[in-house]
Amino acid sequence: MANSMTRIVSALLNSSKGAEKLLTSRLIHSTSPVYNADVKENYIKCTLIPGDGVGPELCQAVKEVLAAMQTPVVFEEMFLSEVNPTMSVPLEQAINSIHKNKIALKGILSTPFSSLSGELQSLNMKIRRQLDLFANVVHVKSLNGIPTRHKNLDFITIREQTEGEYSALEHESVPGVIECMKIITEAKSRRIAKFAFDYATKHGRKKVTAVHKANIMKLSDGLFLKCCEETAQLYPSIKFDSMIIDNTCMQLVSHPHKFDVLVMPNLYGNIIDNLASGLVGGAGVVPGASYSSDCVIYEPGARHTFGQAVGKNIANPTAMILCATKMLWHVNLHSYARRLTDALEKVINSGKSKTRDMGGYASTTDFTRAVISNISFE
Amino acid sequence: MNTICRTIRCTLFSAARQSSQFNGLQSSRNNTTVTLIPGDGIGPEISKSVQEIFEAAKVPIEWEIVDVTPVRYPDGKYGIPTKAIESFLKNKIGLKGPLATPIGKGHRSLNLEIRKVFSLYANVRPCRSIEGYQTLYDDVDVVTIRENTEGEYSGIEHEIVPGVVQSIKLITEPASRRVAEYAFNYAKANGRKIVTAVHKANIMRLSDGLFLQCCREAAENHPEIKYKEMYLDTVCLNMVQDPSQFDVLVMPNLYGDILSDLCAGLVGGLGLTPSGNIGKDGAVFESVHGTAPDIAGQDKANPTALLLSAVMMLRHMNLPDHANNIQSACLSVIKEGKMLTADLGGSAKCSEFTKEICSRLG
Repeated sequence: MANSMTRIVSALLNSSKGAEKLLTSRLIHSTSPVYNADVKENYIKCTLIPGDGVGPELCQAVKEVLAAMQTPVVFEEMFLSEVNPTMSVPLEQAINSIHKNKIALKGILSTPFSSLSGELQSLNMKIRRQLDLFANVVHVKSLNGIPTRHKNLDFITIREQTEGEYSALEHESVPGVIECMKIITEAKSRRIAKFAFDYATKHGRKKVTAVHKANIMKLSDGLFLKCCEETAQLYPSIKFDSMIIDNTCMQLVSHPHKFDVLVMPNLYGNIIDNLASGLVGGAGVVPGASYSSDCVIYEPGARHTFGQAVGKNIANPTAMILCATKMLWHVNLHSYARRLTDALEKVINSGKSKTRDMGGYASTTDFTRAVISNISFE
Repeated sequence: MNTICRTIRCTLFSAARQSSQFNGLQSSRNNTTVTLIPGDGIGPEISKSVQEIFEAAKVPIEWEIVDVTPVRYPDGKYGIPTKAIESFLKNKIGLKGPLATPIGKGHRSLNLEIRKVFSLYANVRPCRSIEGYQTLYDDVDVVTIRENTEGEYSGIEHEIVPGVVQSIKLITEPASRRVAEYAFNYAKANGRKIVTAVHKANIMRLSDGLFLQCCREAAENHPEIKYKEMYLDTVCLNMVQDPSQFDVLVMPNLYGDILSDLCAGLVGGLGLTPSGNIGKDGAVFESVHGTAPDIAGQDKANPTALLLSAVMMLRHMNLPDHANNIQSACLSVIKEGKMLTADLGGSAKCSEFTKEICSRLG
């Protein structure tokens, strides 16, 4: 502990080195805040929302790792929660911070069955709506050293997350009969389809698969599918096909290698993200990101708070650390991102420090220390 | 005389309704009559296989084979012949092979028609790892029970303004209660321990909340069965990591559709998983795989899914001895691995596979 403290202190003192790196490595294409000499110590500011469950423990691990690397990032930490409303900062404060910083690292917010005010919208939905975080991207990738049934998976799921089933429009028309609306709009379907094809183009992917249930929900999912088909025509170099959600699930557990980029409406995305995370080792190892047109929130790909592990120091920080590396890539701290990824992969690969979900007994702290001690200093 | 008959019929019907237990017609030889739709593509071959095996096992059943080639109705639309519907209504139990979906509009879907006639409210799909057919998952033994009449498949959709479509998911108390009650009864009748309600009540707080409420009330009536609740996404995540932790799952329509196919994927696909549709007035058992037109008529198809569906049907009809006999014969042939059809990696013909099963019946 003392060791990590000294590292944090030295990280704070030694800022000029990081700032230099920052200047040389910044590229044009980035939605991160423009480099500003007035910002205190030239650090990049990032909002940090630890979340519920084991979120705070995992974020602590990330902070320690970044401090050990003397990463020029400073966190604006705020506790936001729907299940602990009295301890939570107001939603506006978090939204403003993310608006200002354009990047955030976030744990998982747990959603209760019913809110105190009887509201139907959950906190997660509000954040996504207010920031217009329309695209959720989860990169499902097998990590060497994690025991799984399927090997060498590498595909991407892209989920629309501002409409669909998560519209919070429900009412009881007569006692005992509840109507729940699913809203699909052309504008948002087109936007996510374009995002998916752009993402595929940028990352050198070959195929985009639209996941739907248009055979049953002919109008709503039909509209989504139509938008994807039309967008596909603008990207002749990328293959396009579509698949029904139940078949997609069946194929994912039996032949997951046939997928490349998947694009889908909200609820199906929730299902596929979790299923796919399960294929590569569970909720503790898969990072994700939610994009709006001008900000990004990095958060684990499968959203589970792992409440039963709170305080036990057993959760796997891999997903959260991977989120941090993605955040570092995004703000053009490439060498930091690469070194951190290498260190993490080394630890997982060596199999010496394994948390419970990986079949070992290492604690969160053990694992974090192992990552820190594997970081190469250039 | 006629009225008396009708009264008796009515009492029979209402008795069946109350107990939800099978109460079919019996023929002169004291056999129960079952409506059989052989289906399209490979349907006739696999239906023949099932009939042969039933014959060899001396199951007290008589088949009434009906043709469901669409006929033109007075309103100009095409649909299944009324004769087929009458047969179902009379026998109250049916077995159905795969049907090709007619392309083009103006057709009534047969599945929908039968579902309506019987008010088939629960779809039951047991998925079990089959010894001898290796998949990555060898510890699956899950039963998915899906509400089959409402939810996301209510078919209520409209375009509010151009470019904005609203699709309504309908959850009602009677339907939710009915399927929940059935799930617990099924668990009890089949020696299952845990019923898990799968939901998304954190997002759809009212609709899935109502479904959960109904499940909880049913759970209170069946204290001997353990009751759990789980989010759909958590179930998906855990299912692909460790399927052995699940037993009976009960859920609304769409979730059931997705999870039942996911589970089928774990054990090797739809060619090995049986399916049953339970209704107020009857039950229909079917294989849910496709018609496989590419191998139709070549004696290459695998009849396992339809045969296991027929075994489910026997259990539903309270003929467990015959069910066990046929099931163990079928599974032992697959386990031995000498006489397998092409889809399981063998080279046996459908007829050879059938003969092998017949020879092992007790």
